[in-house]
Amino acid sequence: MQVKNLIKIAFKAIGTNKLRSFLTMLGIIIGVASVIAMLAIGQGSSQSITSGISDMGSNMMIIMPGSENFRGLRMGPSNIQSLTVKDYKDLKDKATYLSAVSPVTNGGGQAIYGSNNWPVSILGANTDILSIRKYKIKSGDMFTERDVIASAKVCVIGKTIVDNLFVNGEDPIGKTVRFNKIPFKVIGVLTTKGENTMGQDQDDVIISPYTTVQKRITANTYLQSIFASAVSENMSDKAAEEITAILRQNHKIKAGDEDDFSVRSQQELIKTLSSTSQILTVLLAIIAGISLLVGGIGIMNIMYVSVTERTREIGLRIAVGAQTNNVLYQFLFESVLLSFTGGLIGITLGVATSFIIKSILQWPITVSTYSILLSFAVCTFTGIFFGWYPARKASRLDPIEALRYE
Amino acid sequence: MKTIIEIKDLKREFLVGEEVVKALRSISFSIEEGEFVTIMGASGSGKSTLLNILGCLDTPTEGEYLLDGMSARKMTKNERARFRNKKIGFVFQSYNLLPRTTALENVELPLLYNPDINGKQRRLKAMQALNAVSLSDRIHHTPNQLSGGQQQRVAIARALVNDPVLILADEATGNLDTRTSYELMALFQQLNEEGKTIVFVTHEPDIAGFSKRNIVLKDGKVIKDTLVARPASALEALSSLPVNEEE
Repeated sequence: MQVKNLIKIAFKAIGTNKLRSFLTMLGIIIGVASVIAMLAIGQGSSQSITSGISDMGSNMMIIMPGSENFRGLRMGPSNIQSLTVKDYKDLKDKATYLSAVSPVTNGGGQAIYGSNNWPVSILGANTDILSIRKYKIKSGDMFTERDVIASAKVCVIGKTIVDNLFVNGEDPIGKTVRFNKIPFKVIGVLTTKGENTMGQDQDDVIISPYTTVQKRITANTYLQSIFASAVSENMSDKAAEEITAILRQNHKIKAGDEDDFSVRSQQELIKTLSSTSQILTVLLAIIAGISLLVGGIGIMNIMYVSVTERTREIGLRIAVGAQTNNVLYQFLFESVLLSFTGGLIGITLGVATSFIIKSILQWPITVSTYSILLSFAVCTFTGIFFGWYPARKASRLDPIEALRYE
Repeated sequence: MKTIIEIKDLKREFLVGEEVVKALRSISFSIEEGEFVTIMGASGSGKSTLLNILGCLDTPTEGEYLLDGMSARKMTKNERARFRNKKIGFVFQSYNLLPRTTALENVELPLLYNPDINGKQRRLKAMQALNAVSLSDRIHHTPNQLSGGQQQRVAIARALVNDPVLILADEATGNLDTRTSYELMALFQQLNEEGKTIVFVTHEPDIAGFSKRNIVLKDGKVIKDTLVARPASALEALSSLPVNEEE
């Protein structure tokens, strides 16, 4: 029998029982729609975490002083002064997998301009910090290498600082801000970055040459951390190995001893954070998958009813020459058509729902092609799998019995 | 003349529980092309079993059955389906039309299972068959829009559509009133005149009177096989019926 005829017969059978067919499809529709919407929500949140971190610099690496064993007493990182300017310089000179390196030293205090003041931590760094943290200068200029060497009392400031110190809307460029009584000349303003994934305000920042901060604010020669950029995201692991090798040599750590520093890449952070949302996605997908399974069982149930109800029709078809496979394919095709149509409607509904959630609740949502393909494949498979048994039952009916069936 | 049906020592036994029921006990007869045979018998005489075997829906336990020179006995299920499709036209007591399906589509049904016929030919043949049963003006009606007699005509058109060597009717007039029965018998007689071989299973003696030959079964045996000397004309019988009998 031609496929065209099969399609015709299946459409006819579904068309004659419109309400029943629709109710059967509803199971599949809800199943597919929820799979798509759930995966869209899960993946959206996962992507927003990743992109949030990427905004901070996806190839950023942070080197922190590690726990130090001091006569058996282990100390927290803040007490340790194991990172030095020499470490930074060696990394800058020797490391081949790093595109930018900046020492970091923070000093807490109060920034004052005129009658306004604001609590802030001043970030001492070199010129590379802009490219590492993905900051950009909106107006004015970044301080230069010469300012770093000269420990110039200059700074660039973020929008939050501008808003809180320059309340009258004055142009901050060229003005002098006092930080812990030390005057800093504002030479640049950063573009707005907003909050990062952890909810910290990235615009609440004053950046100055680290030499200035070390001399004037913290009054020490140690570094709180070193920020660096790997040449690419994929090179993060290699870069981390290289940093470890250079620093171990610098710190004269014997083979087998623990590092007195730690190297963290953003890649690790992304992995940790997105693994949570991946578990969530998997859970959502399982729940949605179960509803798809229930939908499939609904199809099987209806196909059984349909076969029983149409016993005489099947008997007649066999009597006038339908072969086993003709009958088998007829019913199989019918169930596939049910699940396939249900799948199509479900996908439309799922995508629509995702966009509605996106526009109303402002959730980050990504509808991926693979979730559409996956649910399409699954519901076609569902149709074949759950339609097979009823179809086989139909094809094996004895025409004599079937024709007499009341 | 060509022999359409040839039956030799046909036996059919069923196993019901532990007991062997002999539905047919050694039956032999043959039917030539162009014959109009009625098979009669009380219920339990084995006529349904014989009909199923003649229709290649069932196979004999012993003996030989040749339809159009071929034995259906050693065929597989699918081969028999193909054989039925090409050689036999069925007419059932309860019409067995597909509900919510037009007369035309119902008649087309057997041709759907014939891969040699395309959609255009199918439509044409179905129209011709409906024309042969005088239903050309009802082709798009569904069974529930047709009277019992008309429904049975559609069923007869369906039996004719694949141009079978044998039309097998099972109590085809059983659900119809006398007038409609006679009308249908007139149609069968007309088809027979045109050369169709018809085997008609019935338990009504007056219906048997319209055929050319009468085979009577009892307890699985042929007890009577007679040629009807002068078959009655259904058209004449029809005209002798009182007009508006039912009203």
